Amino acid sequence: METLDLRVRIGALELQNPVLTASGTFGYAQEFEPFLNLNRLGGIIVKGISLEPRAGNPPPRIVETACGMLNAIGLENVGVDRFISEKMPYLRTLTAPLIVNILGDSLDDYRELACRLDEVPGISGIEVNISCPNVKKGGVAFGSVPEMAAAVTAAVRGATKLPLIVKLSPNVTDITVMAKAVEAAGADAVSLINTLIGMAINAETRRPRLANIIGGLSGPAVKPIALRMVWQTARAVSIPVIGIGGIGTAEDAVEFLLAGATAVQVGTANFYDPSAAEKIVAGLKEYLQRHNEERISNLIGALDTGGK
Amino acid sequence: MPTSELSRIFANDRLTADVFRLIVHAPEIAAAAAPGQFVMVQVSSSLDPLLRRPFSIHSRGADGSISLLFKVVGRGTELLAKARPGDTLDLLGPFGRGFDLSAAEKPVCLIGGGMGIAPLLFLAQELPDRKHALLGARNRDELAPLAKEFAELGCAVQLATDDGSLGHHGFIPDLLDEVLPDVSQVCTCGPSPMMRGVARKCRAAEVSCQVSLETHMACGMGACLGCAVPGRDGSYVHVCKEGPVFNSEELPWEL
Repeated sequence: METLDLRVRIGALELQNPVLTASGTFGYAQEFEPFLNLNRLGGIIVKGISLEPRAGNPPPRIVETACGMLNAIGLENVGVDRFISEKMPYLRTLTAPLIVNILGDSLDDYRELACRLDEVPGISGIEVNISCPNVKKGGVAFGSVPEMAAAVTAAVRGATKLPLIVKLSPNVTDITVMAKAVEAAGADAVSLINTLIGMAINAETRRPRLANIIGGLSGPAVKPIALRMVWQTARAVSIPVIGIGGIGTAEDAVEFLLAGATAVQVGTANFYDPSAAEKIVAGLKEYLQRHNEERISNLIGALDTGGK
Repeated sequence: MPTSELSRIFANDRLTADVFRLIVHAPEIAAAAAPGQFVMVQVSSSLDPLLRRPFSIHSRGADGSISLLFKVVGRGTELLAKARPGDTLDLLGPFGRGFDLSAAEKPVCLIGGGMGIAPLLFLAQELPDRKHALLGARNRDELAPLAKEFAELGCAVQLATDDGSLGHHGFIPDLLDEVLPDVSQVCTCGPSPMMRGVARKCRAAEVSCQVSLETHMACGMGACLGCAVPGRDGSYVHVCKEGPVFNSEELPWEL
């Protein structure tokens, strides 16, 4: 038991295990304290932060779909000032590495956010959100045009030495093109996938079920797509890939590691099982024992495709 | 502090064609709960339906039990209707801000419409003797089984039905005028038009009015931000965290 090694490395950041929480599904972590030991996680990624507070979209913002859910929250967040003054004091008490997700409408926004956070003690990395489907400007253009994604990455890279993860959108023709663009611009890792754009309609009322009409699909329904994209991306770039998409069990996490992910993020599962991330850490240990593996890193990209 | 509790089902009684009362043994949640708070119930052990369902706590038993009142309205409640005594139910809670009774000197008036009656029984359990309950529903079949216990808890009960089959033929706010001079606090839960009507009368009479809102939510604990409703200053408030009970003045209702 003691010899099991779950450590993985994301750039300069060493994680005690590969299980992170996905931004936007884990609040500012404190909400989950009653349900799990936060310090047992590989890392915590908090709700996306913008320079100014954002109110978010009008309701209804969420709707359940088959094995998943659609959301159009609209990046509601407290803004960077209140994040630093109100949320960081608690987050700093945790030993699990904290990664802050940032989002903006312009290169200057991203650069300034990175500058601000670079000075804040207790932050171990930055995840750049260039892929939110639920806001009119910014996010989605940065996430779908390779040159724009590279420009955002370079802007943040120039403003901080913190490990830099770029979160990619699946709503593109070829996600590997985006991954290669941000790798060349200085990203230490890519995380994927953000939500897939979808919609739901109420046939009785003939109305969309979300006020925003369209929203981001997440949950077990998206896992096969996420696995495929992680597998393709891991073969296309040499930086670590962090897998996201419908991960709710250790078995799901292992599948992403085998597909080439170095770490994973637990997202929608936090909503229906707030202790899911800690259970996955425990489940990964059991998996290693059952398969006589000492190191989790041995699983990364270990998919046996029979030579294909 | 909310907790996670695998609770055993004591009973799942069918009160009407589509209304059920589920009684579960959840001593930790029961001990921590306050009237107006809610629990998140896992309705399926599979991934479909995926999300938990929020239910306000209907009552608390001396034996460490809580009861939930629900109407079958969709897939989640259809599954819950099939739950049997002896089964276990995965609960999280209690969550949210309940009713604030710190300023209630004179009697409190509880006003419930339809399934909105659910959280008010727990409130009636916790309130001192002098209290009013104005309860309404579509018809006698729906209202009679829900109204019974309020009188047993010492409430002065008045009933209203849409079809006149029990009590006043009409809407609950019609009954409020004669009660208002005697109360210091109104607590209401039910359809929005009813709560608006109640809040309007409370404002005119300068009586404090607390309303309990219902909405879809994914997590119940302030993480998903899916349960936002408009607040007064153009921002949003979250039913799970700032609510589900609000002072009616916190909401942008045109009273």
